[in-house]
Amino acid sequence: MLGKKDSKKDDESGGSNPFKNLEKASVLQETRTFNETPINAKKCCLILTKILYMINQGEHLAPTEATQAFFAMTKLFQCKDVMLRRMLYLCIKEMANIANDVIIVTSSLTKDMTGKEDIYRGPAIRALCRITDNTMLQSIERYMKQAIVDKSRSVSSAALVSSLHLMKQGPEVVKRWVNEVSEAVNSDNVMVQYHALGLLYQIKKNDKLAITKLVSKFSKSSLRSPYAYCFLIRVAAHQLEEEKDGFDKTLFDFIESCLRHKSDMVIYEAASAIVSLKCTTSKELVSAVGVLQLLCSSPKPSLRYAAVKTLNKISITHPAAVTACNIDLENLITDQNRSIATLAITTLLKTGNESGVDRLMKQIASFMSEISDEFKIVVVDAIQSLCLKFPRKHNVMMSFLASMLREDGGFEYKKAIVNTIIAIIEENPEAKESGLSHLCEFIEDCDFLPLATRVLHLLGREGPRTTTPAKYIRYIYNRVILESAEVRAAAVSALAKFGASSDDLLPSILVLLNRSKLDEDDEVRDRATFFYDILSQNDKALSSAYILNTLNVSPVSLERALLQYNQSVTEKPFDIKVVPTIEVTESHKPSAETSLPKTVKPTDKPAASRQDLYSEQLSAIPEFAHLGPLFKSSAPVDLTEPETEYSVKCVKHTFTNYIVFQFDCLNTLNDQLLEKVVVKMDTADGYEIISYKTCPKLPYNTPGVAYTLVKIPEDPSQVVATFGCNLKFVVKDCDPNTGEPDNEEGYQDEYGLENVEVTVSDHVQKVLKPNFGASWEEVGAENELEDTYALSMPSLEEAIKNIIQFMGLQPCERTERPPEGKNTHVLLMAGIYRGGHDVLVRAKLAYNDGGVAMQLTIRSSDSIVPQVIAQAVG
Amino acid sequence: MEPSLYTIKAILILDNDGNRLIGKYYDNTFSSIKEQVDFEKILFNKTHKANGEIIMLDNLTIVYRSIVDLFFYVIGSTSDNEIMLVSVLNCLYDSISQILRKNMEKKYLFDYMDAVELTVDEICDNGILMETDPTAIAQRAGLKDDVPLGEQTVMDVVKSARDQLKWSLLR
Repeated sequence: MLGKKDSKKDDESGGSNPFKNLEKASVLQETRTFNETPINAKKCCLILTKILYMINQGEHLAPTEATQAFFAMTKLFQCKDVMLRRMLYLCIKEMANIANDVIIVTSSLTKDMTGKEDIYRGPAIRALCRITDNTMLQSIERYMKQAIVDKSRSVSSAALVSSLHLMKQGPEVVKRWVNEVSEAVNSDNVMVQYHALGLLYQIKKNDKLAITKLVSKFSKSSLRSPYAYCFLIRVAAHQLEEEKDGFDKTLFDFIESCLRHKSDMVIYEAASAIVSLKCTTSKELVSAVGVLQLLCSSPKPSLRYAAVKTLNKISITHPAAVTACNIDLENLITDQNRSIATLAITTLLKTGNESGVDRLMKQIASFMSEISDEFKIVVVDAIQSLCLKFPRKHNVMMSFLASMLREDGGFEYKKAIVNTIIAIIEENPEAKESGLSHLCEFIEDCDFLPLATRVLHLLGREGPRTTTPAKYIRYIYNRVILESAEVRAAAVSALAKFGASSDDLLPSILVLLNRSKLDEDDEVRDRATFFYDILSQNDKALSSAYILNTLNVSPVSLERALLQYNQSVTEKPFDIKVVPTIEVTESHKPSAETSLPKTVKPTDKPAASRQDLYSEQLSAIPEFAHLGPLFKSSAPVDLTEPETEYSVKCVKHTFTNYIVFQFDCLNTLNDQLLEKVVVKMDTADGYEIISYKTCPKLPYNTPGVAYTLVKIPEDPSQVVATFGCNLKFVVKDCDPNTGEPDNEEGYQDEYGLENVEVTVSDHVQKVLKPNFGASWEEVGAENELEDTYALSMPSLEEAIKNIIQFMGLQPCERTERPPEGKNTHVLLMAGIYRGGHDVLVRAKLAYNDGGVAMQLTIRSSDSIVPQVIAQAVG
Repeated sequence: MEPSLYTIKAILILDNDGNRLIGKYYDNTFSSIKEQVDFEKILFNKTHKANGEIIMLDNLTIVYRSIVDLFFYVIGSTSDNEIMLVSVLNCLYDSISQILRKNMEKKYLFDYMDAVELTVDEICDNGILMETDPTAIAQRAGLKDDVPLGEQTVMDVVKSARDQLKWSLLR
């Protein structure tokens, strides 16, 4: 008996693991036993188990070692022992990817798979398909077809599942077995039916019509297997999601009918499918929610978990639909399984009304310490969305978050809390003071450097604008005394911002900075000296440029530009303007996705922005190498209707004197091969077309790129233009299956595209100025342009949205959201114009009787720029 | 998301110290053996006391069950049907229980390591659920020329009962 002897011995010595101290070398040595005749089946079986156990524990076998052992194993095919043979199959599968020349066992396995012993046939098929490749597959095709319809369920299932694995390598051969697979779906055995249905779907999945037929066929003839039902529901749901036009009632009816199935598994699958469908209306949800409600009171934790998880998902999109389950959810608040309790409470928080909030928060506070960090983050996210919904409740929430901050927790958890507090501060000015003081308290005792520096940065930005900025200085200066170098540096920067913003505090700040000038860390000392000298100049423009509104370049591009500069031999100083400015990204909004725990893998490097990627692609093309640094890339614009023969998207790349149009083309006709694809452009607006770069080949469903290079007119006020576009190419008809053209001769053709517009916003890059007033003074009134306009806009919000869109500037100091119920508002925007000129815009808006009056003031470091920007409105 | 039969990400059996006895991973959710072991440690710490049956960790849905010094886990993605994962778990548990003749303990598991390996192989093939009938699986995996259950000595039965009691008190 396997291992019996060893374990007997172990029993005496305390019953430990007989496989514990396996030495790779000695186990491999033991494989020599396989060569002995007659073969000792039990002994060999034990050795095979040891090999498996070793691999299972993560021991690494080198290819030569594995190959040697594998060849020794082949001898074991001579032995008739059933257990040994089965273990042999397992070892072959385990080693298929490690050892070389594993195909030598093909004939032995083929013999077993076609033999009489059912117990061998299934596992032999699975092992054989693991070691076989596409070329070999032809030779066993006949046997596979027979095996799929074999009356033994293990053989049939093995053949079907192995075929599914083979589909990954080469679907063509497996597709020929479609008749056998269809026959197997009608099998009496539940598992065979499930596997056959899965394979049939995989074969036909690209044919929408066939799939719809498949679903309607099997939804009528009732399937035996609940697993097959679940799979069919997924297929139907997927089909409904994919369909762009119209809503197939029969598919939906099928899913709904499954809500009345006798198996819990199927019922839950159907309910969760209905909930996940984008097109589901609240009316259709009712029956699904009813089913989930029943599952909520199931004695099995998994069922309760599944139900409440799904309800949580609906609570974001259709909160009203879940209110029916509130009583059931209330019962789950005290569930033994804390995951269930947390999900129940967060669902209630989303669906409940303002009055219930306090009670729920108290309830959840009672077991916060017991749940895992992942679920704590769920709670934090729920609190964030709650704060946005009920701004008046911010007091309760803030104190709750503060108490959570004080407890122990991992980095991700603390980060979520800090992010939430910051989000609340940004949304709700009333919560600012209390939020900031909680964060101050947090950094007094914070183990996470990134969070401490982040909070210090925020204090530097927001602190000076509160009613009593002086009280934050103590907290910040404490960091200077107590923390590590990174935090000290951040604290010094924050202090400098207070000094730059407030004349009253300046003398005290100078004293504090002066002390840091002797810090032992280089960075801290440098910063303190730098800020001290700037602040002692007492020059507002200097303070604005170097303390309040600092560089807006993306670190990745800066690094690349500096590297390039260092490698070139030049006398010229480094020009910061060659570095593309960083794009302002949309602020984080809590989305439906964040409702469930996620662990985000930390990335080691800051990701390159979209523009950095474009910049790299373009500089790799020799024709565009001389254009200089990329200033801005627009978002892609569709130049074709959806679902047409060819799809073309245009991205505009603006350089200092040129524009490169990038056309991303896709050929959706599988019987055509396009060659020499180019987008011909023409314009009457003074732009000069320099060159075209063709896309040499555009096969079916493979994206290709064509470029057009255009020179911007010398006249600086000439910026807007309209370009007519035509896609020109050579068509070659080809075989849809292979993609090979039928004949070498193609013919010229062209395809009309929509016009491309170049607007003012293409010449401007958004830049966020955290302190707009300081920058406004810094640029000065030298090139100021002022004008008044009457805009026919129905509301202030609408006017602001349009102005931002036309000018392409970044709204600053959150002025893009006018206070409710007011008729006047000041919108502040900032950006950089092509060529590196700062642009600042102040728009005073007043709303009366169906129109918006605007007084626009534009300042810039260049004299032409204000006129160009004003064009955007005029 | 495209419907697929690849629903099981991993099947694990750990001992009462969280060490791996069986660890089959069917996709590359964890890229290295080290990541797998680290994950197993965290999973074990979170589940060995809680009697919860289901947990979400690292964006995975994990169903679990334990007896004496054995911990069984079936791991799927968060989009998987939880009830299906539970049926896989129960099948794993029941098949192994039949193979070990209800002696669900680590030392007996080692005695039948080969049959246990075969059981896991019969339940799941590279992430696809193969079979859910524990009796059929135990029949195919446990082909041993063993003494049938009825002929176990009285002493054996008493001993195993005593052991079970001991373990339930220890936990």
